Amino acid sequence: MIKKLLELDGISKSYPGVIANSNISFDINIGEVHALLGENGAGKSTLVKIIYGLVKPDSGNLLLNGAPFKPGTPSEARQAGIAMVFQHFSLFEALTVAENISLGMDNPPNQKDLGEKIKSVSEAYGLPLDPAKTVGALSVGERQRVEIIRCLLQNPKLLVMDEPTSVLTPQEVDVLFKTLLKLKSEGTSILYISHKLEEIRKLCDTATILRLGKKVDTCTPKNTSTKKLAEMMVGSSIKAPKKINKPAGRILLKIENVCSLSKSQFGTPLTNITFDLKQGEILGIGGVAGNGQDELFAVLSGEQISQKGSISFNESNITKFTPNQRRKIGLLSAPEERLGHAAAPNMSLIENILITAEQSQDLVSNGFIDWEKSKAFAEKVIKEFDVRTPGSKNTAGSLSGGNLQKFVIGREILQYPNVFIVNQPTWGVDAAAASSIRQALLTLSESGAAILVISQDLDELLEISDRFAALNEGKLSQIKKTADLSFEQIGLMMGGAKDLEARNA
Amino acid sequence: MDFSSINPALLIASLMVSATPILLAAIGEAVVEKSGVLNLGVEGMMIVGAVVGFIIAVNTDAPLLGFICAAIVSGIFSMIFGILTQYLKSNQVATGLGLTLVGLGLSALLGRPYEGMKSPTLKALDIPFLGDIPVLGKMLFSHDLMIYFSVFIVAMVWWFLKFTHAGMVLRAVGENHDAAHALGYKVVRVRMLAIMFGGATSGLGGAYISLARVPQWTEGMTAGAGWIALAIVVFASWRPWRVLFGAYIFGGVTVLQLNLQAAGASIPVEYLSMSPYLITIVVLVIISSRGNQGAPASLGRPFHASS
Repeated sequence: MIKKLLELDGISKSYPGVIANSNISFDINIGEVHALLGENGAGKSTLVKIIYGLVKPDSGNLLLNGAPFKPGTPSEARQAGIAMVFQHFSLFEALTVAENISLGMDNPPNQKDLGEKIKSVSEAYGLPLDPAKTVGALSVGERQRVEIIRCLLQNPKLLVMDEPTSVLTPQEVDVLFKTLLKLKSEGTSILYISHKLEEIRKLCDTATILRLGKKVDTCTPKNTSTKKLAEMMVGSSIKAPKKINKPAGRILLKIENVCSLSKSQFGTPLTNITFDLKQGEILGIGGVAGNGQDELFAVLSGEQISQKGSISFNESNITKFTPNQRRKIGLLSAPEERLGHAAAPNMSLIENILITAEQSQDLVSNGFIDWEKSKAFAEKVIKEFDVRTPGSKNTAGSLSGGNLQKFVIGREILQYPNVFIVNQPTWGVDAAAASSIRQALLTLSESGAAILVISQDLDELLEISDRFAALNEGKLSQIKKTADLSFEQIGLMMGGAKDLEARNA
Repeated sequence: MDFSSINPALLIASLMVSATPILLAAIGEAVVEKSGVLNLGVEGMMIVGAVVGFIIAVNTDAPLLGFICAAIVSGIFSMIFGILTQYLKSNQVATGLGLTLVGLGLSALLGRPYEGMKSPTLKALDIPFLGDIPVLGKMLFSHDLMIYFSVFIVAMVWWFLKFTHAGMVLRAVGENHDAAHALGYKVVRVRMLAIMFGGATSGLGGAYISLARVPQWTEGMTAGAGWIALAIVVFASWRPWRVLFGAYIFGGVTVLQLNLQAAGASIPVEYLSMSPYLITIVVLVIISSRGNQGAPASLGRPFHASS
């Protein structure tokens, strides 16, 4: 007989102006992998925070093993057997692995015993870790292992995982799934939050789908098609961007032997990056976060000048050009971080237009700003890219992530760049907005622009790019035609799971 | 010029006396900053401790009671900063500067009737055997209680931060307050306790100036000691033993330049007077320029518990 572990009954929670959860009920059985599916803002995170005792629901009840369960703090939830792996890691970079793990436990043993325990548990689950290492020096995949081991050391009955695979290479995902299936076979229940549908179909027994704070459906993902799942999630059908294959033109941007040190302490320096970018093509750069993506972006946008090597545009050397000089020749860029890097949060959308479009749109004359023209361009971006905002006078910070991203990308695309460099174009953006951004990139490339897309979303890169390369520890892999690539090859190009393969071989 | 009047044993002994106020203030501030809070009110907390310690000691003739009251009152005084920044989310820099100004004004008001008086001082401990060792005894083992206590506090802070669970929680809060909150640690409570500790040791440091170093009360007598304490914390890379090292360099150069002035060195007095500040900072900059600075990642950032 199937036994229920956790029952949710009519959970509701609202914040001023937003209903995060409205009357949500479902059960998680013992030894079940239960998926929680939904778009950004569907209420998944609030719901798991309620289960983990970080947020108190306005109404509704939780039952754990049939008994009422009201965790007031995360510590109470942990004692009841609920463990959680966070989406944005709750780790302390300056502390060691062992210290980080002990902070997440209620009765931590002394550091030496803990170190041994970490070693034995991490080996048993195929997630090798060195307890004495500082977390700041670990890769993203390793950091996630720290979080998982922290949970496993407490023998949880329910393991909550919030989008665990968004930062992993395909090989690392496989290892993670093996670990999760092993846990499941030991009787641990797993609440798995994701919007990656293929993964859910592969791993999960049951899926609960949330939309705008309400439960819309429950299904067995193995028997439901990806398309159907996506439609349940979004509530309407999504248009997939269309790609037209056509031959690439002449070389626009040539990068030769570029080396660059990182600005941040835990960053990755670039070594000998060489590639070229042709008219009308999209080159996708994949790789696990922290392998030099930010540094590559900075060198191309001109925020950082490369120490060695050369960058040439149309056969003229632009290695030492500043970002504004590069904009002048039509080399535009959109960084990953929307707030604070691509846009100034407390300034209006019109002012944010001025930041990058001043030269190309001729918005400043004799040192005075032409507000009329700026406003007109801002409104053009808002209209053509379907940015949902009350008006162009609103601040960038008041827009939701997806809308601001559409604005930031639209601002550059409508300047019709010759070369467009973009980092993580659809990070944290809902599916509909993501697909419209991808379509815009494709349209831009058809008009003859050369585009470089740096992204961690492999599906995205496979969908839109003509050629693909991966960054690994600051080095660029061979560049291959996307059409000829398999997932396995991509994983090897990313090379992030070498130590795991060696161990599992 | 007569350098023979400078006695090395006395020099070391007075070095410790002159370094202790800064050491006490700096070790407290190091703990506050490790928890992620930047309290620029050290100078104000010190001078409040100085005046309170002086008043109590003069009226009761018990210097030790003066120290205890100075620690308690400065601890309470620092709670103004704590409540404003942690609960009312005010800006840490502005609030800390305000605390210094309030402390200077308040102490001038309270200390007015006591201008020119002399306070009772702590007696040097009479340590058997150790105190009788020829040179070392005079150098290291003939001091008053507070000097040993200040070194003891440094050792305790080092031990607390390195080996205890509570110390690790404090470092974690200073490193990433959002993650600490997500794991269920009380960020605000940890920080309030750290601020209170910083207030108490600053008060002790201030009282050491008015009760031991120059046993009298003068308005504004801390004369920037709180600021040099703040600088020492940064250049000591937030490490307790380096804080001690920095404070003693400062104390050492201060005493040495006073001796040089007395011996009639041919360097202008102004250069001598600025030398402790200059040399301490240069030395610590050289040390901290190598390798990891170790600044707590959340230092000075406001914390809003998101629900």
